[in-house]
Amino acid sequence: MQLYLPIADIPVNVFLILAMGAAVGFVSGMFGIGGGFLMTPLLIFVGIAPAVAVASVASHIAASSFSGAISYWRRRAIDPVLAVVLLSGGGLGTALGVWTFTLLRSLGQLDLMIATSYVILLTTVGALMFWEGLRALLRARRGGPVTTRRPGSHVWIHGLPLKMRFKRSKIYLSVIPVVVIGLVIGFIGAVMGIGGGFILVPLLIYVLRVPTSTVIGTSMVLTLVTMVFATMLHAVTNHLVDAVLALILMVGGVTGAQFGARAGQKIRGEHLRLLLGLLVLAVGVRFAVELVIRPEDLFTIRETGGTG
Amino acid sequence: MIARAPLILVSLALGALLAASPAQAERLIVSVSNHRVTVTPNYSGEELVLFGSVEKDATTPANRSYDLVVTVAGPRADMVTRRKERRFGIWINTDSRQFLQVPTYLALFSNRPFDAIASPEVQRRQQLGLNNVLLTQRVGPDYADVVPDDAFRSAFVRLRKQHGLYREETSAVTFLTPTLFRTGIPLPAEVPIGLYNVEIKLFAEGALVAKTDTAFEIVKVGFEQFVATTARQNGFVYGLVTAFMALMTGWMASIVFRKD
Repeated sequence: MQLYLPIADIPVNVFLILAMGAAVGFVSGMFGIGGGFLMTPLLIFVGIAPAVAVASVASHIAASSFSGAISYWRRRAIDPVLAVVLLSGGGLGTALGVWTFTLLRSLGQLDLMIATSYVILLTTVGALMFWEGLRALLRARRGGPVTTRRPGSHVWIHGLPLKMRFKRSKIYLSVIPVVVIGLVIGFIGAVMGIGGGFILVPLLIYVLRVPTSTVIGTSMVLTLVTMVFATMLHAVTNHLVDAVLALILMVGGVTGAQFGARAGQKIRGEHLRLLLGLLVLAVGVRFAVELVIRPEDLFTIRETGGTG
Repeated sequence: MIARAPLILVSLALGALLAASPAQAERLIVSVSNHRVTVTPNYSGEELVLFGSVEKDATTPANRSYDLVVTVAGPRADMVTRRKERRFGIWINTDSRQFLQVPTYLALFSNRPFDAIASPEVQRRQQLGLNNVLLTQRVGPDYADVVPDDAFRSAFVRLRKQHGLYREETSAVTFLTPTLFRTGIPLPAEVPIGLYNVEIKLFAEGALVAKTDTAFEIVKVGFEQFVATTARQNGFVYGLVTAFMALMTGWMASIVFRKD
């Protein structure tokens, strides 16, 4: 069934978009991530303008992280204090991100920026995750200790001032790195159309030593708020949010996520991380190839307004 | 000799006037099949038909053979054409040209090749053919059109052609009788909305003898148009509604799939 997308300005097959939403939802439910880093590229490959894809996926991630956050809240797996501190940075980062997005769009380099940041971010994070998962797997096979946490070890981050107690996570930590992480995630989220969960979760675990019991729930709250904020800002400044596209994605996404979550529980943690690492890496490489090979057409046209 | 030069000029001008005056002898009467095309969500392109006839009067030379050129121009907009180049191993947008107030849709139809209709000079003056249509570019501080084989101009025309938005067909106009003609105006699915101007030019013996114009309008209707307009005009409300929709979907999912 063909449907005309009002903002993207192209007709698409509803079932294709629905299936994409469900597939990404499945993956996101399985790994406990938003899935924006998969959704945005898929939409771009289907032919939707990168700018519209980024702006519309923001609202799609808001929906999936909200349903996730509700269930984590019921299980008391969210640290509200940590979430609020992260958000103070996240809000600022998102605003900066949308501003950068608008600036790059006017310079005509937005598509390049989106593609290169995907390449850099995804190949790095993907390779790290893959490597980490592989090591954990080998260690488990050798029968060694699986834990990567070294309690008691202090890095420079723990020596920063403005310390604060985060009760539910049972950590005592400076607010500076927390705000900075929120800012970075908010920024890349707005520019790249990703929730940033797949970067935020490792950062919270390895850098801030947030216990795994509260990490995913808290990261979902940050994702939820920054993505709602990003949706609003993209709608107000760039008018690029396609609500029809977003709705189809949401419906597919939240449904797929439920089945993904069930599948995820059947797979071991190390395998899961290894798979996620591979997936992230693959998307990064796909973008790299796109940049390096000679494009079919060297010229592109874009309307710059003034219709009438 | 020097004194006679103005005289020659005057007589030349008079001659031109006399030659041009028979142009009043023909009149064009035209009509399009539909003056208001509505684009619905499942619109997949349409073809309008333009009908017309050449009206003659007593001064019209008998057995004159006519050529006809129809130019359809959609709403105008500013557009940028960018060229990718290889820098540091990757392909990035480097150079760009801005096209100012160029038609978003442009179709040129005639009954036979433009070269057979008029001399290159007339073709240029009357903007016959995509190569002769004025496409204003901003070149530094100046506004000008460039030669037809300019890389940016030809890429621009080629890309618009690929989308069916620019077209040139030199056999699209058919004369049903020596004075009655028709042509189809194809409008693809991604046709821009707005007002379309149709200019009809009648040529005889390589010169323009009559011209007229008409117009039609393309409007989008329904939900899609409502969404697009709201997004543009009430960005804040639109964002709020979209964000609310996201939260509702998430909330409903958490209820529907609640396990405990």
